[in-house]
Amino acid sequence: MKTIALLTVLAIGAFLLYGTPEFPAWGDPQAPAALHVSPYYIEHTIEDTAVPNVVTSVLADYRGYDTMFETSVIFAAGLACLMLLRRYQPKTQETRLYRHVPTGITLRIAQGGKIPEASDEFERIDSQWVPYDLIVKLTARLIVPFAQLFALYVIAHGHHSPGGGFQGGVIYGAALILYAVSFDLRSTFRRLSERTAILLSAAGVLIYASTGFLCMLMGGNFLDYGYLAPLLGGDPVMARSHGIFIVEIGVGMAVMAVMVSLYYNLASAGRHDEGL
Amino acid sequence: MNANLPELIVIIPLIGAFLITLAATVHGKLCFPLAAAILTGALVSAVGLLGRVLAEGVVEYHLAGWRPPWGIGYRVDPLNGLVLVVVAAVALINLLGTRPLVEKDFGDRLGPFYTLYVLFVTGLMGIVVTGDAFNLYVLLEIAAITGYALIGMGNPQRAPLAGLNYIFMGTIGASLYLLGVGYIYLVTGTLNMMDIAARLPALAGSRLVMTAFIFCIAGLCLKMGFFPLHAWLPNAYSHAPAAVSSLIAPLMTKVMVYVMIRIMLTVFDPGFTFGTMGVSRGMVWLAVAAILGGSILALGTRHLKRMLTYIIVAEVGYMVGGFWLGNRAGISGAALHIVNDAAMTLCVFLAAGTFFYKIGGESIDDLQGLFRKMPVSMAAFAVGGLSIIGVPPTCGFFSKWYLISGGLAAGQYAFVGALLFSSLVNLALFFRIFEIAFFEPFQEHHGAHGAPAGTARQEAPLQMLVPLVLTALGLVALGLYSGDMVSRLIEHAIPAGIV
Amino acid sequence: MEDLAANFLTKYNYWAFIALVMIGFYAMIVKRNLVKKIVGMNILQTAVILFYVSIGAKRDADLPIIAHGHGSASHAVHAADYINPLPHVLMLTAIVVSVATLGVAIALAIKIYRQYGTLEEDEIGERIRNA
Repeated sequence: MKTIALLTVLAIGAFLLYGTPEFPAWGDPQAPAALHVSPYYIEHTIEDTAVPNVVTSVLADYRGYDTMFETSVIFAAGLACLMLLRRYQPKTQETRLYRHVPTGITLRIAQGGKIPEASDEFERIDSQWVPYDLIVKLTARLIVPFAQLFALYVIAHGHHSPGGGFQGGVIYGAALILYAVSFDLRSTFRRLSERTAILLSAAGVLIYASTGFLCMLMGGNFLDYGYLAPLLGGDPVMARSHGIFIVEIGVGMAVMAVMVSLYYNLASAGRHDEGL
Repeated sequence: MNANLPELIVIIPLIGAFLITLAATVHGKLCFPLAAAILTGALVSAVGLLGRVLAEGVVEYHLAGWRPPWGIGYRVDPLNGLVLVVVAAVALINLLGTRPLVEKDFGDRLGPFYTLYVLFVTGLMGIVVTGDAFNLYVLLEIAAITGYALIGMGNPQRAPLAGLNYIFMGTIGASLYLLGVGYIYLVTGTLNMMDIAARLPALAGSRLVMTAFIFCIAGLCLKMGFFPLHAWLPNAYSHAPAAVSSLIAPLMTKVMVYVMIRIMLTVFDPGFTFGTMGVSRGMVWLAVAAILGGSILALGTRHLKRMLTYIIVAEVGYMVGGFWLGNRAGISGAALHIVNDAAMTLCVFLAAGTFFYKIGGESIDDLQGLFRKMPVSMAAFAVGGLSIIGVPPTCGFFSKWYLISGGLAAGQYAFVGALLFSSLVNLALFFRIFEIAFFEPFQEHHGAHGAPAGTARQEAPLQMLVPLVLTALGLVALGLYSGDMVSRLIEHAIPAGIV
Repeated sequence: MEDLAANFLTKYNYWAFIALVMIGFYAMIVKRNLVKKIVGMNILQTAVILFYVSIGAKRDADLPIIAHGHGSASHAVHAADYINPLPHVLMLTAIVVSVATLGVAIALAIKIYRQYGTLEEDEIGERIRNA
């Protein structure tokens, strides 16, 4: 078995090598890929869309349609994990641990029990509970707000510097995941509930798609932001720039929400009680 | 809105999918009517688009208003107009016909289920309509990811593993296709299919183009479950939930076959595809192996859905083999068989879902006495079976006729022999089932619903029965109109150079 | 020999890509542990991403962000001064797709673990046969 597999892999490698003599050299400015379509983007992005970052203008405008589906892919993945893993009604009540705050005694409730999530005297704790994680919690507390701020900057500044909805959305999601890792899953739910995450992810893609649809209602082709000029003010070129910004916000929202919801479902295996 | 028809067919289900998610947070009962309305809208636009293509010729649409090759363009010719109608119709009929099954299996997660269902259809519609090689990859992944999730929801004993293996195979397939597109981009600098086609002839003899060609074929063959690469298919389709296998089985493989026809004929030149590369003969022989292998494996199982999935493996062999015959009759037969096989597969899988709903068993031995117990569903299943065998007024006969005449014209007697052999095997398979269902009395130990004893008629609910019967009637109608379909739609999509 | 060395040095991006594809395939075919297969799948996807991104490189070129001051948009922009943005855009999409696939694959792996208590294919096969 192993030799057959090895031979298959070698055959694939040999097949890949077969084409290499014709590959253009690394960084060759005369390579065909660099001469046909892409120069148009570089030379016309400013006059077409007023966006200096060519990656952003190609991503959200020239090939904006791909990006809409890319956002849909990630939405589908979030929903897929939810559907595959989520346990809505656990058949057997899981064991839960509570800590009596004044005395530090831990209560273990094996079954049932109607003790609320948390009260002044009792707090619910994870099965692997670290009593003093001051440094982790404090550091996370310091980092999270700045990370979120930075994420918003990355989304908003995608027109002029590397960045955009995906990158910003991922950073924002990572900030929330950092919070969930350093505190616990339940306190993250109080900030961003599962339901809100799903709604945000659907709403994010919906912003993208309905912006495109609006262009259609205004008489243009789907996603032709230029036709939004009467609504957004300014000329069609600036309308494209604003249109790109609107869809980037939608992308950022969707990516952030899906990242968090993926974490919720994967880290707790769908039970939504305790994470990593 | 008429000018935007090519876009509406994709955008209605896409926006609709998100609306379903939002509606599900209000009430789960809203999902089904919403999904039905969305797919009806998509079907109406697809029919409208096909009408427009027939009236005006090829329809193009430039997304975001950018001209290809800079922007992404849609291109609808009569053949993909037809495939679009088939995809929308199959998805709608299956949605209507499986509601009780879905509510039984997914009662607590109707919102995610219907959202993924509609997104899957969006992906397939986009794959068929797009004119951009990379856009096709993105949509392929939408259809694939939603498909993985839907399949993984099946029988908890086996479905997750089958789904994970499907992910591995599907990802390899998609990555190979993406590599092929990358190689093409490397040598042509463009991603638009028409633009690639215009620039490839200047690169004749390039090793990179040949490599790209092989990668595209290999990737698509993996995705459609073509014979040596079919191992994931029977498990994935037979362990999926009933409502899902009757959606994915008719559509996914057929759409992939369409993509192969599209890429091989419009991106690569037919002369290059059938001549220079010299793979036609090999592909036809693989198709012969697929047909024989699928048929024999189907004989060896008594699990109804598994048997049907092996028949799909054989049917993929029909279509791929017919296409690689490289003549007009063969390609017409393959294209016609895309439509017919989608309808036939839908019919038998819907019927299997109906049996499963009523009797709860999936083995063919559980079908005893069903002609008396569920006469209407069994009759519809019989029509589907006859069509798969290839009995005249049903549509299966006509596409097989084209395939056989194509095989004879190309001198590929092994392919003709395999087709006839497979028809015989299908005859044996279905008559084995008919015999069990007709002559052997219904036995009570399968009564999943505590059914009363005897041969009392116990038909499935009307909302399952009506779509099933419509599909069965559709098989006959497709058969009667297949001559028109070939002469008015399919013929126009085949390049003039092919005789 | 000179030729080979030049070939090797000017195309090292492709050698890396080919090596990664082979590693990915090897992991997916040979390994019997599902998580290792998932890792192999990810390596394969990353290899494709590396391939595309390396197509976009241009010698002596800058990031594809057009240098401009307000009111000076009129001065000519030369495509040769900026690297090719298109592969980067395409690969942003492919990265997202590979994250999405990874998420669904892990979700299914968790489900499998819940069912069988193991992620070794041989043991799962045994359990299916015994069931």
